[in-house]
Amino acid sequence: MATVHGIDTGGARPALEASSVSVFYGDTEAVRGVSLVVPPHQVVALIGPSGCGKSTLLRCFNRMNDLIPDARVEGRVDFHGQDLYEESIDPVEVRRRIGMVFQKPNPFPKSIFDNVAFGPRVNGFKGDLHEVVEASLRQSALWDEVSDRLGDSAYALSGGQQQRLCIARTLAVRPEIVLMDEPASSLDPIATQRIEELIYELKERYTIVIVTHNMQQAARISDYTAFLYMGELVEYGPTQAIFTNPREERTEAYVTGRFG
Amino acid sequence: MTLPASGLGPDVDRHDTRRRMMGRAFASLCALATCVGVVALAVLLVDVTLDGAPRLSADLLTSFASRFPERAGVKAALAGSVWIVSLTAVIAFPLSVSAAIYLEEYAPRHWSTRAIQTNIANLAGVPSIVYGILGLALFVRALGLDRSVLSGALTLSLLIMPVIIMAAQEAIRAVPPTIREAAYGLGATRWQVVRHQVLPMALPGILTGTILALSRALGETAPLIMVGAVGFVAFTPSGLSDQFTVLPLQIYSWVSRPQQGFHEVAAAGILVLLGLLLTMNAVAIVLRNRYRARL
Amino acid sequence: MSRQARRRHFHEELDTLQARLMEMAGLVERLIGQASESVLRRDASMVGRLIADDDRVDELEIEIDERVMELLALQQPMAVDLRQIVATNKASNDLERMGDHAVNIAKAARRLADAPAIPEVRELSEMVAVATDMVSRSLAAYVSRDPEAARRVCETDDRVDDLRGSMYRILVTHMLEDPRRLSAALELLLVSQNLERIADLATNIAEDVVFLVEGRNIKHGTGASPRRGGDAGS
Repeated sequence: MATVHGIDTGGARPALEASSVSVFYGDTEAVRGVSLVVPPHQVVALIGPSGCGKSTLLRCFNRMNDLIPDARVEGRVDFHGQDLYEESIDPVEVRRRIGMVFQKPNPFPKSIFDNVAFGPRVNGFKGDLHEVVEASLRQSALWDEVSDRLGDSAYALSGGQQQRLCIARTLAVRPEIVLMDEPASSLDPIATQRIEELIYELKERYTIVIVTHNMQQAARISDYTAFLYMGELVEYGPTQAIFTNPREERTEAYVTGRFG
Repeated sequence: MTLPASGLGPDVDRHDTRRRMMGRAFASLCALATCVGVVALAVLLVDVTLDGAPRLSADLLTSFASRFPERAGVKAALAGSVWIVSLTAVIAFPLSVSAAIYLEEYAPRHWSTRAIQTNIANLAGVPSIVYGILGLALFVRALGLDRSVLSGALTLSLLIMPVIIMAAQEAIRAVPPTIREAAYGLGATRWQVVRHQVLPMALPGILTGTILALSRALGETAPLIMVGAVGFVAFTPSGLSDQFTVLPLQIYSWVSRPQQGFHEVAAAGILVLLGLLLTMNAVAIVLRNRYRARL
Repeated sequence: MSRQARRRHFHEELDTLQARLMEMAGLVERLIGQASESVLRRDASMVGRLIADDDRVDELEIEIDERVMELLALQQPMAVDLRQIVATNKASNDLERMGDHAVNIAKAARRLADAPAIPEVRELSEMVAVATDMVSRSLAAYVSRDPEAARRVCETDDRVDDLRGSMYRILVTHMLEDPRRLSAALELLLVSQNLERIADLATNIAEDVVFLVEGRNIKHGTGASPRRGGDAGS
């Protein structure tokens, strides 16, 4: 049974609510009955040792697990009061509203401009693309570095810049929630720091759920932290509480570095 | 100045010389094997060039075949080859690429899909004469297309489609899954992902595979004979239902004649054929490099 | 976001921590001043408000404790940031105790007002002056991060100890001369002890300044190099 404490949504409806979510790969249960509430405009971090199911859980939130042939999801994920896994819901529409940034930067082999414009284009956006691209690049703190070379290939950018480009690309479809799967794990420390600062700023406009294997990163940037172990949610609460005074022994063992 | 004995003992140090010698012997063997291939090819080319070069001229390209070797030309055969290969490309390319896209992106993970995959691979190895027989029965007779350029092109299409499908599948498979993931993550439909991300990235590989398959088609003789290509044609095709001949066939019919003159013009014909092949391969390389540079 | 804006959130938190400490320092200085005044002028009227101010000081100590915990747990501070956070923690404890001592002095002043009069003890006003001066100099050294000024504060502590010794002898004399002066003299003794503790705590804060700036621990007369790997002496 998970220990959940002090999730304050400030009276607003939660951005996302997972209820008894389980994920099966064939016969293996990778995520076991996880329930948690994501408050709006906050950063929620999912931490835990390798293979604990945090990435799998994250991918439930935008139905990316649909793309894996063997995967089966049970339970509910509520977004705006609507269960995302209902029959009538089109995963393509979900992903327009809940974006994702991946572990290794994966820009398309196109120009910087076309990378950011891809999302709006495929979704049938009819407005001013230049405006959207500029706004997105500004929000991801990349505009100053690329405004004069939007036609250059995305591959000409450094790793940290490419990841910020991927973030801009995700923001271009104006999602409500941004999911991040270990976004800084392949970057050097300075680039990592910039991404962390960015996340702190993005919180104003978006709700962010981030998976990280770096505990210190979760401590630095998140408002709420969920600790998962072997597919189960062990403890979920304000980051301050999780790192200074967790209630579960397993949580304390993990954050003090005694295992995992 | 020599190094002290290795931590593993002096035996190891003595072994070094033997290792080095074996390495060198192996490298030499590989080089020799390469030389064999290169030398054989060189000998062939030199022989053909010596025989055929004197007969290379504009006349060769603009004259039709004739009973007199001095006046024989490859005009009909060249036109026929160009028609056949172009038509084959137009038929085979879209069908093969669509099949490859279906197999890689849309087909469910089912034993039936695997069965189709295996059979396509088998089809690529079927002798070309079998395709000729199939073409004769299906296109010439059953569909009533008779001995025409269309029948020939359809037959060759069947022949090279498995090859193109496999090459296209490889190229599509080579597109990193992370690119697809990113596109899906932005709310793209499967079709949009294929059209905007997968196909453009796979295109160089697909084109290369296609052109190599077409090069093979250029050199096919047996199936075309079955379908009705004739040895003595004094006109260039002007429509799909026209009769035709192709370069390999023309060369073969010249070589079968007793007169020495015909052997020389056959060598010249071989040079023309090689020239076409080289051009097609060069186009393949240029296209591949240009698309790769864009990536 | 400019190139300078790294870890902006963390540095904002550090600034807030510093602000809280400064608020505490300001309150405590005022507390000590007012308590001393009420003793010197035998005026107990402001004691009530003093005690309320000390409650605020206590609140701030708790808040600083929580902020320090959070910063250490969540932000992995290094080098000067780490020393600042640790020094702030220590200094807030010292300030809180100073506040308590000031309250003790004020309460003594209130009781003195009811006791029979006692001749003026000159050493008392000198002790008040030196102790309050030490407090304000140690706090100024903290604000300006000046280790030399801090070291000078430590040197002054001996004077306060001497003064307390003198006051003890004078007050004993007064008590022997006239038994009616007993209660007043005892209250003044208490006041001198509290003043001496305030001076000691000011010395602690000065030592914290040296730790913050140089990374050296000069407590308990060690005065020498940092524990590991540093150069010996100076």
